[in-house]
Amino acid sequence: MELRLKNLVKDFTGTRAVDTGELTILDGKLTGLLGPSGCGKSTLLYLISGLQKPTSGRIYFGDRDVTDLPPEKREIGLVFQNYALYPHMTVAQNIAFPLVNRKVKKAEIRERTAKMASLVQIEELLNRKPNQLSGGQQQRVAIARALVKRPEILLLDEPLSNLDARLRLEMREEIRRIQTETGVTTVFVTHDQEEAMSITDEIILMKKGVVQQQCGPQQMYLDPVNQFVASFLGSPPIDYFRFPLRDGRLWITEGYSLPMDVRHEGGILTGIRPEAWGRGDALQVQIQTVEHRGKDTLITFGLAGTRARALLDITDTVRPGETIGVTLRPQFLYLFDAESGVRIRQEEEQ
Amino acid sequence: MQRRIGQSIKLILLILGAFLMMFPFIWMLATSLKTLPEATAIPPIMFPETPQFGNYLEALQVAPFGLYLRNSILVAGIATLLTLALTVLAAYAFTIYEFRGKTVMFFLCLATMMIPSELLIIQNFITISKLHWVNTFQGIIIPTLASGFYIYMMREYFMQIPSVLYKAAKVDGCGDFRYLMRIMLPMNKNAIATIGILTFISQWNSFIWPLMVAKDDSHRVMAIGLLHFRDAVSSQVNLQMAGATIVILPMLIFYLVFRKQIIEGVSRGGIKG
Repeated sequence: MELRLKNLVKDFTGTRAVDTGELTILDGKLTGLLGPSGCGKSTLLYLISGLQKPTSGRIYFGDRDVTDLPPEKREIGLVFQNYALYPHMTVAQNIAFPLVNRKVKKAEIRERTAKMASLVQIEELLNRKPNQLSGGQQQRVAIARALVKRPEILLLDEPLSNLDARLRLEMREEIRRIQTETGVTTVFVTHDQEEAMSITDEIILMKKGVVQQQCGPQQMYLDPVNQFVASFLGSPPIDYFRFPLRDGRLWITEGYSLPMDVRHEGGILTGIRPEAWGRGDALQVQIQTVEHRGKDTLITFGLAGTRARALLDITDTVRPGETIGVTLRPQFLYLFDAESGVRIRQEEEQ
Repeated sequence: MQRRIGQSIKLILLILGAFLMMFPFIWMLATSLKTLPEATAIPPIMFPETPQFGNYLEALQVAPFGLYLRNSILVAGIATLLTLALTVLAAYAFTIYEFRGKTVMFFLCLATMMIPSELLIIQNFITISKLHWVNTFQGIIIPTLASGFYIYMMREYFMQIPSVLYKAAKVDGCGDFRYLMRIMLPMNKNAIATIGILTFISQWNSFIWPLMVAKDDSHRVMAIGLLHFRDAVSSQVNLQMAGATIVILPMLIFYLVFRKQIIEGVSRGGIKG
């Protein structure tokens, strides 16, 4: 079911928490609602679920206007950050609860509960109580309970943030698998860019209630529309420099410049991702710190009055204080307006 | 060694305390089995020569204890159920809903705890006589139902249930009343049992109000029944004690059955049993 939001606005006493404009969430895909804490992504999820009422605007599930419907009439499944399982009920009773409320026949409840349990792989836990389960198992139960009523849209509110690192990896793959198997349109709220990048089909990145960019994860990483998007994605994060632009060239140092075909009034900020750097002979730099990260090595060095980060191959043995030659791959280099943060594109790109 | 002496002293004191508490009951039980001369003998005799179980048969014939017992169970039982219903619904409303004047209403609820119940007796009696409820069960039961303290206590328990469960239930298609019955009540069944037991005990033991409202045997509860029984056999102490034993017996059994919950409830609520 395609989900369309038309100028959805939510105000909380004087502050605008959410203002979506026109927003379409793809049918049958896993969409990540990404943004820093307090950016309105959870509020947006609650608006979609019906637990909160919008100040203005409309919500459509396909062609159905659900704006004025209560949550139980919207055909949604919702998974909460802390799972919200009913502690006095068994796993089976928890999963069956939405069906019992709908007065589904007993035999059908049993059958659908069993099917869900096998989908999320908790068949052997059906008679346990929630407090006898691990966090990951509780999350599986919560997902089964959300899916058992065959919702048109599955909403997940920071489903992984209460899990430890290893379980988080496991569960995010599980969520991807379950979503692919069921094909249910899924919205996944997270503040973790890596989580969003790794499992979603599309990311909606929000800041202060406003959508910044909406596209596939790889495109968002490679082609950010503004400085906020560029900064939010990537670990280690992008670095910014005030390189001068002269005669159609961007001057990294006095002796090293790259051709840059832009026309722009006002200050320019250059963003360079750490993986843009590689060994070469364009520039000699003195290494300040070295951090071995397992799959690669992160070094820092001084550049243009500030500090640059670069990722080197793990086999590259370097030491602090050493001077090495580096070069830049220009496709990982982005220009932004220094005032507004808006991306400045080269002439041939436009 | 020293610890053992300390333990022994503690034990002796406890036994002494228990004996002091129990002595009137033992005296009542012993006297109820005496003949009249034994019961009134000076100096007093502790135990009868041969237990006079016939006293009980005689006592049962003087007053309709069966009727009193039925009335007591009826009054205490219905009052307990209605108090629980009222308490749970009020506490639920104060927990879940946002409405105009909520805070003021809750403080008024709490304020009722500051008024000693003795002060209300005359006003309540005027009210029920205007309603022609004197000498009726509803006259005995209804004015006692609302308890600010229990509403406050129940609300504290309800507020400990995370509100995210309410949201989850909403999404799962569970209405407000259903949420109360299926989620809130089962999760707080200990608190509800505590309030139920404490209400039942205080209803069973209440004296002044039922005494004022009930005018004949058909509405008298056991506590008042005993008073009238005493008047009927004023000179026969042994029969009085047999009657007193009959009156106390149901509550004694109730205490024995719910001993654990009563102690828990009293320590949890910090109130008298």
